[in-house]
Amino acid sequence: MRFATAALAVLAVTTAHAEEYNAIQADKSAVAFVYRQMNVPVDGRFGKFAAQLKFDPAKPAAASASIDLDLASIDAGSAEANDEVAGKLWFNTKAHPTARFVASSFRPLGGNRYEAVGKLTIKGRTQDMTAPFTFSTQGRAGIAEGALTIRRADFGIGEGIWADFGTVANEVQIKFRLLAEAQPNKK
Amino acid sequence: MTRYTGTAIALHWLMAILILGICGVGLYMTGLPLSPTKLQIYSWHKWAGVTAFLLALVRIAWRARHRPPALPVAMPHWQQIAAHGGHALLYVLMVAIPLTGWLMSSAKGFQTVYFGVLPIPDLLAKDKELGDLLRDVHATLNYLMIAIVAGHVGAALKHHFIDRDDILTRMAPRHSRKEQSA
Ligand code: HEM
Repeated sequence: MRFATAALAVLAVTTAHAEEYNAIQADKSAVAFVYRQMNVPVDGRFGKFAAQLKFDPAKPAAASASIDLDLASIDAGSAEANDEVAGKLWFNTKAHPTARFVASSFRPLGGNRYEAVGKLTIKGRTQDMTAPFTFSTQGRAGIAEGALTIRRADFGIGEGIWADFGTVANEVQIKFRLLAEAQPNKK
Repeated sequence: MTRYTGTAIALHWLMAILILGICGVGLYMTGLPLSPTKLQIYSWHKWAGVTAFLLALVRIAWRARHRPPALPVAMPHWQQIAAHGGHALLYVLMVAIPLTGWLMSSAKGFQTVYFGVLPIPDLLAKDKELGDLLRDVHATLNYLMIAIVAGHVGAALKHHFIDRDDILTRMAPRHSRKEQSA
C-alpha cells in the first residue's frame, strides 16, 4: 500500500513535468500591438485569431505553434483607423484576410524564457521572425507571453502616402499572451 | 493708469492670433479624409492648444496682480457688467477649451505628446462614449467662444468708432516708447 502511494506520487510528479500544453483557450488569450503615430503610442488588438500550440517546457524542441490573425477583426485604435487599414495601402484585407505565423523551431533561453523561430506572412509577404516569450503555468494551464517588433514596410503595410515613417513609424510591437490547457486526450 | 501693461497687451494679441488660428484649424481639420497630413494637422492643433493653455495660465497670473484700467465712467451699468462678465467667460474658456481637448484626446485613446517630445499624462482611460461626449463639449465651448469673441470685437469697435473713447487704443500696441506704460 505504502509502495503504491509512493509510486503514484512519483507518477504524478513525472506527468507534471512532461505536461504538454496543447489546447488554446481563445477567450483567455490575446494578440495586441502598439504602433507610433506622430510619436504617440497607440494601442491596437486583434479581436479574432486561431492559434495552435503544442508546448512542453521540458521538451521545447518537440513544440509546435501557429497562429492565424483575422485581419478584419483588427482594432487599430479608432473607427477611422479600422476603416483605413483594411484598404489596399495597408492590409488589403479583402485580398489577404489573414496574417499567419508558423513556428518551425523552439529554443530554450534559460529559466522560463524561450524563443520561437518561424515565418510570418502578411499581405502575401513572408519574413523570418523570432518571437521570444516566457512560459509559466497556472493550475492546469500554461501561458506563453511575449513580444516582438516587426517593421511594417517589410510587409508593405502602409504604402503610398503612408510609406514615410515620419507620421506612422516603421516599427510595430506585437504582444501576445496564449493560454493553453494540457489535455492528455488531445495528442 | 489709463493703459494696459505691455505684458498684458502682448499676451492679449499673441493669444488672440493663436486661439483664432487654432479654432480655424480645428473647424477645418475634422472634415479631412484620413491622411498623414491630417494626422500632422491634428498634432499641431494639440501642440498649439497646449501652448495656448500655458499662456492662459501666465496671463491669468499676470491679471491677478495687475488690475486693468477702469472702464469709462460714462458707460452704462449694464454694459460694464456685460464687459466684465464677457471677459471672465473668455478667461474660463481659454482654460476650459484646451482642457477638454486634452481630456477628449485621452478618452479617445490618443495621448498628447507635446511637440512629439514631451508626453503629457492621460488623466482619463480610453472610453469611446466619454471621448465622443468630450468632443461635443470641446466643440460647443468653441462655438460659445466664437459668439463671445464676436461680441467682444463688436463692442471694441463700437467704443472706438461710435463712443470714440480709449477702450481700443489702451489695448493697442504702442510704437512710441515714451507713451508706453509699465
Ligand atoms: C486654444 C485651444 C483650442 C482651441 C481654440 C480649439 C478649437 C477646436 C475646434 C474649433 C475644433 C473643431 C470642433 C468641431 O467642430 O468638431 C477642435 C477639434 C479638436 N480639438 Fe481642439 N482646440 C484647442 C485645444 C485643443 C487641445 C489642447 C487638444 C488636445 C490636446 C485639442 C484636440 C482636439 C481634437 C482631437 C479635435 C478633433 C475632434 C474630432 O476629431 O472630432 N484641442 N478644436
